[in-house]
Amino acid sequence: MQKKAHRFDLVLVFMLLAAVFLGISNVQAADNALSAIKKSGVLAVAVPQDFPPFGSVGLDMQPVGYDIDMATLIAKSLGVKVRLVPVTSTNRIPYLTTGKVQLVISSLGKNAEREKTIDFSSAYAPFFNGVFGPKDLKANGAEDLAGKTIAVTRGAVEDMELTKIAPPTAEIRRFEDNSSTIAAYLSGQVQLVATGNVVAASINGQNPEKRLEVKFLIKNSPCYIGLNKEQPELLKAVNGIIAQAKADGGLEALSQKWLHTSLPQNF
Amino acid sequence: MAYQFSFEPVFANWGLLVQGAALTLVLTAVSAAVGLAVGILGAVSRQWRLPILCQVFTAYVECIRNTPFLVQLYFIYFSLPALGMRLNGWEASVLAMVLNLGAYSTEIIRAGVASVPRGLIEAAESLAMSRWQCLFHVVLRPALKNVWPALCSQIVIVMLGSSVCSQIAAEELTFEANLIQSRTFRAFEVYLVSTGMYLLLAVGVRRCLHFFGRHYICRGRA
Repeated sequence: MQKKAHRFDLVLVFMLLAAVFLGISNVQAADNALSAIKKSGVLAVAVPQDFPPFGSVGLDMQPVGYDIDMATLIAKSLGVKVRLVPVTSTNRIPYLTTGKVQLVISSLGKNAEREKTIDFSSAYAPFFNGVFGPKDLKANGAEDLAGKTIAVTRGAVEDMELTKIAPPTAEIRRFEDNSSTIAAYLSGQVQLVATGNVVAASINGQNPEKRLEVKFLIKNSPCYIGLNKEQPELLKAVNGIIAQAKADGGLEALSQKWLHTSLPQNF
Repeated sequence: MAYQFSFEPVFANWGLLVQGAALTLVLTAVSAAVGLAVGILGAVSRQWRLPILCQVFTAYVECIRNTPFLVQLYFIYFSLPALGMRLNGWEASVLAMVLNLGAYSTEIIRAGVASVPRGLIEAAESLAMSRWQCLFHVVLRPALKNVWPALCSQIVIVMLGSSVCSQIAAEELTFEANLIQSRTFRAFEVYLVSTGMYLLLAVGVRRCLHFFGRHYICRGRA
């Protein structure tokens, strides 16, 4: 009888200790993430490795890209070192919520589902479908497409949207795939092309003499930085750094370097 | 779980499919007419070894017969603009199909011309007919009669090959079928219906050519 009671006491003690430890660790997690970063001197950021130009592996096996440059910029502004953690589209948010990284800079789009779990900063990179064309052709909206030829990939998001908003006199040429659409524009068969800004960036990189200038946007889904919830100081600091980069031209320089084009107006 | 058939979305877009089929027929008709003319000229040039035309047609036939039709189409549509010649989807399709049919029918008709009995030609020569008179009045009809089935097959092959022109946004039957598929996602139904339409078109074209052959080409004896 006495042995059983002794064991039960031990169990109670262990449960109490566990509760105390959990309580302490919870208190630590609720600590200011920004001050924790400044104290440790390292900012852990999740970045992509498989999605140029936002993140890919360079010739020297180091990660390079728009998101990597953004992470380095934020770490420098906070006065700490950056630790880049390569992630994929599936594990980038779990890495954030389990504390393996403090920021996710991985061409993250904002939607209601994700808003429930994490917080988003202000937009730092453009990611849109739009109508592109040569510099001297004016087309500021869907109504300017009247009487012009425009190439689009059949079945893509741009195709669906353009079919809805284009005027009846606009000639929409639908091609089977992305490469035929681009080839049609580059060979002069059409005056304008509707595609994504990342595709346009890679074309501008390869054909600087036939630059694609964005005329107007069809669907806008810019990239945001992801943070854990309840970190107002870190959120404020990151938003401040993004605003500063917009004001002093740092963000424009990133856009020119990686997307070979200016930031869209009213970004 | 059995596939749920649903033909309503396809039949709702019936007009598009019929439009595409009509444009396929127009493409085929124009290509057949011009392509046969090119073929007759080429066959005669090669058979009689006319001075410059023979070399030109030989090079042309070898190029076209030894390269894929899609590559020829892409070259005309995407590469020619760089040389200053910009053709839209329709013009490029017609040109590609004419060149294609012209090359193959050159060889087919040349075989027909070579198969005309030597006696016929000698008889024509003994009547003091010039080479061109001999061609039009004596040689051409038996030559075409001998190879008419092969020519019909080639024309139908080119008609079915016109489906490739959907790649450069020419709005024929395959293009319309692909468009409907990308809007309604009923791939099985759409492609079943368009396959059936191509079948009907091919049978119809073959019947027409057969009728044309019987009444205009294969008249009389010899």
